[in-house]
Amino acid sequence: MIIGLGHYLSVAAIVFTLGVLGIFLNRKNVIIILMSIELILLSVNINLVAFSTFLNDIVGQVYALIVLTVAAAEAAIGLAILVAYFRNRGSIAVEDVNLMKG
Amino acid sequence: MILHAIFFYLFAGITVASAVMVVASRNPVHSVLFLILAFVNAAGLFVLMGAEFLAMILIVVYVGAVAVLFLFVVMMLDVDFSELRSGVLTYLPVGGLIGAVLLAELLIIVGAWAIGPEVGKAITAPIPPSTAIPNTQALGLVLYTRYVYFFQAAGIILLVAMIGAIVLTLQHKPNVRRQIIADQVARTKASAIEIVKVKVGQGLS
Repeated sequence: MIIGLGHYLSVAAIVFTLGVLGIFLNRKNVIIILMSIELILLSVNINLVAFSTFLNDIVGQVYALIVLTVAAAEAAIGLAILVAYFRNRGSIAVEDVNLMKG
Repeated sequence: MILHAIFFYLFAGITVASAVMVVASRNPVHSVLFLILAFVNAAGLFVLMGAEFLAMILIVVYVGAVAVLFLFVVMMLDVDFSELRSGVLTYLPVGGLIGAVLLAELLIIVGAWAIGPEVGKAITAPIPPSTAIPNTQALGLVLYTRYVYFFQAAGIILLVAMIGAIVLTLQHKPNVRRQIIADQVARTKASAIEIVKVKVGQGLS
């Protein structure tokens, strides 16, 4: 059987949904939320590369590279914020992050 | 072609299964390891699609850098993770409903898509045949010429992220004695040495 564009898009859709679900289910754990964001960005990359291949246009892969860069930067900044927050508060529970409400 | 299908279902199945385990795992260390597994299998999918350079970059950047960073942070923070998981069952109905609706919508779109006839004319940089120019070279030919500003912007983003992460996590402890090279260089003989004439039998008072 022929594996076409739809197969890859289905995988990306399932991984995207799992990422969103992870944000919903692990609402207290910032680390799992960051990992879910990584999953979402991975599914976006699968989409971009799939369209790039099946439309025969390499610009999709260039854009996937940019998304990869932004995802790496976001993970680094997110984890740095997490470490700084843990140093100040001694916990990483997201529900405590309401000190800036004033 | 049958081999292509077998490997597609292998990589796709493991990617989806490990994505489930990332979300559902009790231990965050296991979540990170399943995230690594998901990324490696997504790299396999990229190889199947002919994007070898992105597959290798995915393994190098994600498995080599980002996932290890996650692992460091998870292991360094002394957090009671079982307490953080307590709300999962209360969020499961709403989250499951939203996830099901989202997945249904996305799959309906995937099932009903059609590429417009004018899309073929709008292609900006067609992929050369892989026998003539390999994927890495083809990517470099457009990335360093037509999209060089995007490339530079990606570099600036990484630089800003690096500086931001350092600024956020660097801390100066007040009771740590550090070397101050300017003070050391500015020392003179007059300020460092004092000559005392000691009388015999009296010592220093």
